[in-house]
This record gives sequence, C-alpha cells and structure tokens, in this order.
Amino acid sequence: MANDTSAPPRKPIADFLDRAGMLVVLAILFTGCSLFVENFFSLANMRGLALSVSMTGMVACTMLFCLAAGDFDLSIGSVVACSGVIAAVVMNKTNSITLGVLSALTLGATVGLTNGYIVAKLRINALITTLATMQIVRGCALIACGGVAVGIQREDFFVLGNSSVLGVPTPVWITVACFTVFGLVLNRTVFGRDTLAVGGNAEAAHLAGIPVVRVKIAIFTLQGLMAAFAGIVLASKYTSGQPNALTAFELDVISACVLGGVSLTGGVGSMAFVIAGVLIMGIVQNAMNLLNVDSFYQYVARGSILLAAVLFDRWKRRKQSA
Amino acid sequence: MNAPALRFDRVSMEFPGVKALQEVSFAVRAGSIHALMGENGAGKSTLLKILSGAYRPTTGTIAIDGETHAFRSTGDALNAGVAVIYQELHLVPEMTVAENLFLGHLPQRLGWVNRRELARAARRQLELIGETIDPDTKVGRLPLAQRQMVEIAKALTRGARIIAFDEPTSSLSDREVRRLFAIIRDLRARGCAILYVSHRMEEIFELCDEITILRDGLHVATSELKTLTRDQVVRQMVGRDLATVYHYTPHPAGGPGLSVKGLFGPGLTEPCTFAARAGEIFGFFGLVGAGRSELLRLIFGAEQKTAGSVTICDDVIAVRSPRDAIAAGLVLCPEDRKKDGIVPVRSVLENINLSARRRKARGGVVIDETWEQSNARQRIEQLRVRTPSAQQLIRNLSGGNQQKVILGRWLSETVRVILLDEPTRGIDVGAKSEIYAIMRTLARDGVCVIMVSSELPEVLGVADRIAVMREGKIAAILDRADATEEGLLRLALPLEAARAS
Repeated sequence: MANDTSAPPRKPIADFLDRAGMLVVLAILFTGCSLFVENFFSLANMRGLALSVSMTGMVACTMLFCLAAGDFDLSIGSVVACSGVIAAVVMNKTNSITLGVLSALTLGATVGLTNGYIVAKLRINALITTLATMQIVRGCALIACGGVAVGIQREDFFVLGNSSVLGVPTPVWITVACFTVFGLVLNRTVFGRDTLAVGGNAEAAHLAGIPVVRVKIAIFTLQGLMAAFAGIVLASKYTSGQPNALTAFELDVISACVLGGVSLTGGVGSMAFVIAGVLIMGIVQNAMNLLNVDSFYQYVARGSILLAAVLFDRWKRRKQSA
Repeated sequence: MNAPALRFDRVSMEFPGVKALQEVSFAVRAGSIHALMGENGAGKSTLLKILSGAYRPTTGTIAIDGETHAFRSTGDALNAGVAVIYQELHLVPEMTVAENLFLGHLPQRLGWVNRRELARAARRQLELIGETIDPDTKVGRLPLAQRQMVEIAKALTRGARIIAFDEPTSSLSDREVRRLFAIIRDLRARGCAILYVSHRMEEIFELCDEITILRDGLHVATSELKTLTRDQVVRQMVGRDLATVYHYTPHPAGGPGLSVKGLFGPGLTEPCTFAARAGEIFGFFGLVGAGRSELLRLIFGAEQKTAGSVTICDDVIAVRSPRDAIAAGLVLCPEDRKKDGIVPVRSVLENINLSARRRKARGGVVIDETWEQSNARQRIEQLRVRTPSAQQLIRNLSGGNQQKVILGRWLSETVRVILLDEPTRGIDVGAKSEIYAIMRTLARDGVCVIMVSSELPEVLGVADRIAVMREGKIAAILDRADATEEGLLRLALPLEAARAS
C-alpha cells in the first residue's frame, strides 16, 4: 500500500537493526551454531555447508531479479533436472562435452524465453505459466531418459562439480561469482534498475520509457539459463543426469529470497540480503543435520522459519507506518 | 435544543509534510442537507474518510447525537449509523442487487441463505427509494445511476441516519440527477442528516440548506446557504484573488510546437486535429470522460493510434511507444500519479532518474552514479522538492512534491513538448502555484506545454489557448480572450439529444 508514511526520528540502534535486518539474524545464528552445535564450526563442515547452498545460491541470483520485477518462476527445479539429463544424454551420444553443455543451456534459455514471452507479452499470470512449464519440463526430463538416471561417460566433465580451488569446491566459487556479478548488475546497470522499477510500478515504468516487456523477457530468459547452468554443475557433481532431482527446489529458492527481504509484490530486493537468506536456510538445515533432527521435523522447522520471517517483516512495516 | 445529528469537534489530520485538516469543527443537523465545499486538496475527502472510519484523526472527535465516537474501522461507523457514498461505488459487481444490499448480514436459516426472504426484503428496501430494479440482477449489469441507487438503498438497509455523498452527480445525466435529488430530499424529510460534497455550484444552491467551506485543511465558514451568493462562496473557497494564484503573464509564442493531425484511436469518437506553438500553454478543458486523457495517451504512444500523425517542431515523428515519444522530446505527466507516475517503493533519486539514466549510462549499460546524484540534487533544488533527502522513498512525499519529482524526471531529458494531465489534482494551493510557475518557466524556455484540466478557473487562469473536448472529440478551440466560464461549460456539456438516448 502506498500509505503516506514518514520516517520519524529513530534511535540509531533500531535504525541499524532495521537496515541490517536479516544480516544480524544471520550473524547471531552463525555464532549460536558455532558455540552450541558440535562440529559446526569445523573446516569440513563449513565446506559442506557452502557446497550445500551453492545450488540454491546460484539460482537465487536470478530469482531475485524475477521477484524484484514482480513475477516469479516455479519451473526452475524442473529446468535444473531436465538440463542435467539433456547434457548427459547429448554427451553420451556425441561424446562432446561442449555439445552437451550447449544443448542444456539452449533448453534453459528456450524455457525461460517461453515463460517470459507468455508472462510479459501475453500477460498470463506468472504463477500459472510457470506451474505449467514446470510440469512440462519435468515430463520432458523423464521422457528424454526413460525415467532412469543417465550416467555420464566422459569423466573429464566431472571436474566442474567435484574439484576444488584453494581448498574451496568449484561450485562454491561459481556461486560466489554469480552473487558478485548479479549483485553488480542489479545495482549498477540500467537493466538492474529497470528491473526494480518494473516491479515497483510497471505502468509508471512503461510511461517513463522503460521497455517493460523486453526487461521481463530478459529476466525470465536469464533465469532459465541460470537454472540450466546449475543443472550442468549438478550433473557433473552427481556424474549423471537425474530426472527426479531437485523437486520442490523452486520453493527453497523463493523461500531464501523472501527470507532475504525480497518483496513478493516487486520493486524491493538486494543481493546482500538474498545471500543472507540463502545462508540462513543452509545453516538451519546443516545444524539440524548435525543435531540429528529427524528429516520430518526439518520440514516443520523450515516452514516455521519462513513464516516467522514474513510475519516479522510485516510487523516491521506496520510499525514504520504507524 | 437537541444535540446535532453529527458534529465534528476540532478534527485534525496530519500526513507527513501535509496538514490535511486543522481543528475543523462544525455540525450537521438532522433533517438538513449540508454542503461541504472546497478546492481540491482542501480536505474534503480526508474529512469523509474520517467520517467513514477509514482514517483515524490525529486529534479531535466526531459526535453523533451528542455522543462522542472514535471509529476504529469502517464497521464501527456503519454501526453508528453513518454511511459514506463514494464516487467509485463499493458494490460487488458479480453479486445480485439483493445480495449486495444485505452483504454481511444475509437473512439465513441454519446457515443457509434464505433466498425468498432475501428477495422480499430487498424489494422492500428498493421501494423505499422508489426503485424498481429486479433484486436478482447482477450489479455489474446495471448502469451507473442505478448502482448508485443500490448503494443508497444499502445505506438505508443498514439503518444509516447520517449519509455523506461524495460528488454523486459527476457521472450522471440530467434526468438521473433529478431522481437522485428527489431521493436525497426524501431522506431529509425522513430526518436523515445529509453531508453533500460537490464542486457544482448550481447543485449546491438548489439542494442544500447549509454550507461548510474548507480551504487548505482549515474550516473557513459554516453558514445558511440562503445568506450567501455564488461569488461569496467562491471567494471563501479560494481565499485570495485568483490572479495571484495563476500569475498569468502574456508571453510571445514561438515557432511550431506540437501539431496533431487527424489523430484517432480508442477513447475518441472523431479524429482530433490541433496545433500548439512552442512557448505556448495550451489547455484542454472537458468533463470527466470527454476523451482528454485518452487523446494525450494517444499522442504519447501509451495507446496505439489507428490514424493520424504527430509532428513536433515540423518533424513528423513515428510514436509507437512512450519510449519513442521520449526520444523525440515528447513527455507525459499522467493524471493518476500513484498508479501511472511514481514507483512508490523506490527513492526520490531513482524516480527522478527513471528515464534519463539510460541515456547517461556508460555504454548504455552501467549506471553513472555521479551523474545520478548530481542530477537528483539539481532537480530537487530547481523544483524545490520538499524531501529529507534524495534517498527518501517517494511514497512518503506529499502529492505536490511527488508531482514535482515527475516533472524533474522530464526536466532531466531534453523536452520539446510536455503533456500534463491534471497536473494539480489533489495538490494544495501553495504547491499548485509552484507548479504553474514551473509551467510558465518551461513555456518561456520554448517548450510547448499542453495541460489537461477539469478545473475551469485553472484552465482560464493558466492557458494561452483552450481546446474544449466533448464526448471524445474536440468541440472548439478558443483564444484566452474569448473564453469565459459559461462559454467553456456550454461547449463541454453533452448535447441534450445525446443525453436523452
């Protein structure tokens, strides 16, 4: 709501907490886990933790753009799986890593472009559109491999997902690079600023000369490409294309973004907070694993955290507008 | 003597940067029709929103039959017998008339809606106001005038004794206005207290018993209407000589500015042709729905034209989208700032640079932050935008300052023609004269300024020439010297023949 609100003079601490928000929560959570959870603050666990959030992290970068523009994309989990399968199948057929990677990326871009065209140009609701493509693409993944995982024969391909540079796994480096690049794109480029303007008020953006349709199509295409790329990394890590991989992955990614304060109505979002969101989800999961919490309870815990974050955000906004 | 049916007691309402109401006190008697008048931004709608429970006043109280109430919600107001009937009606179009009338308290038996009882009760309610609509009709299928009747019946269904009307006649035909007045008079005879908000002077004098005038959030006077003349009311509303608000100074017009030939598209009924020169302030007057905003949107490329051409300074430009228009130096400040103008969740700085930043970006890609900062600072200074900082979210600014930010957005571009759609709607008088000053400066610098306005005094006070639109076409173009209030109104009103159909 565009309520008329002003920032009343606030105490510096409250102001800091307000600005830092989830970063503070992340710091407290990290310190708490390091102190009270055995084996949490160890090199091996840190590496595992980083690796476990690398997939979510990569795709969260482009999901941030999607949400900031006021849309979202449910098809990413399927795209990750399908591109992995396609990469595996093509690589085995042609014995060429390049062709495998290219065909996976082509698939991702095509799905993204289709999503974008339908949502932006034909003005169909993003939820419905991507719900449909999510199922179509998952189906295609299963069809392409007959429902069973495809082992990849080219072993040099496994380097991408299983090597380390300076003791840090390669997928983690990739994720860090994505955070940096997309963070800069959001803040420092016309495209990034346009994305936020489109999400904040599409009609005003259109009347200010921003090519709204083009921006949205670009965002969805990027999102598809990114998911396909994540799928390639995953296939390399698993040494196979898994058609059933990452179901409900899209929900993890959206949760992480929302936890990082990205508004579902668009126009608000920053990379630093999304990173915080991704890490919070990862740390909670990791700590619960270390504490041997039953996976059934883990679902309950993760859902509760998401709900708490959203309620906290609403409460904060209420307080501001009071 | 009995306590008045409704009494506002030192009601104040503050929004950031705007005192919408300051200690407003007046009373409305039962069995009377009380006019509430004031310019846009005088505080009428704020007062109605407080009455309806939508806003809680910063200080002050409302008393009903002498009993003080603090409405916490619109439900509270309804329970206290208050109904506010807005311009945009609050009915559910997909439901039937009967369901709308009893929305929230449908007659039921064991949780099931009692259809027969519902229809009977609805018919009875409609008869009370002499309406014979079939209660089973979907509200969405009714013409606007009848929907308004349903809204009135709904207010009565809830036992409202204090009924406020917000510009109820703005989209009614003459005959429908007669019907409405008969019903309002009937409500008065039944002892209701009526608060009637309208801009139309004739209606006020015909219908109302008393009048309260607000100006800039202050209560100016409450008087018997019989004791006042039209001129006195206007003077109380404006509070100053009109000439000082508009500051019209004749200035020479330059070469060709915007020329529109045979432009046609959605919202128009005839192709439109006009030419405004550089350095000229060209006004468009007309009633709501006359096609003025539609014409501007067609010129700007926000709507696709089906025929005609647009020429700027002798260059024919092909405008297929706002983007093309802006590139050609043709810009638009839209009528609905909140919906079409600002990006509310972003800062003043971003809203100023929204358009021009792409031309200043390095390689067209990377934002030039130094330029953005200095441009924002410059526009804030130049237009005297009142904001704590350039980082402030624009939604926290008052309407006048938001409008200045949008003007600043366009001043960051090279502008040859600026289209202003109701540039001072909902803006307080002080900010209004600043906006007029900006328009004059633009014109002096050779920009062709096109202004759409529904306010007669504004058009007459600001424009060099005035085009009057009626029913989707340009009815006439007048020189400032030839334009009078009566003349413009006569041209703007739909023809009698068209009205009867």
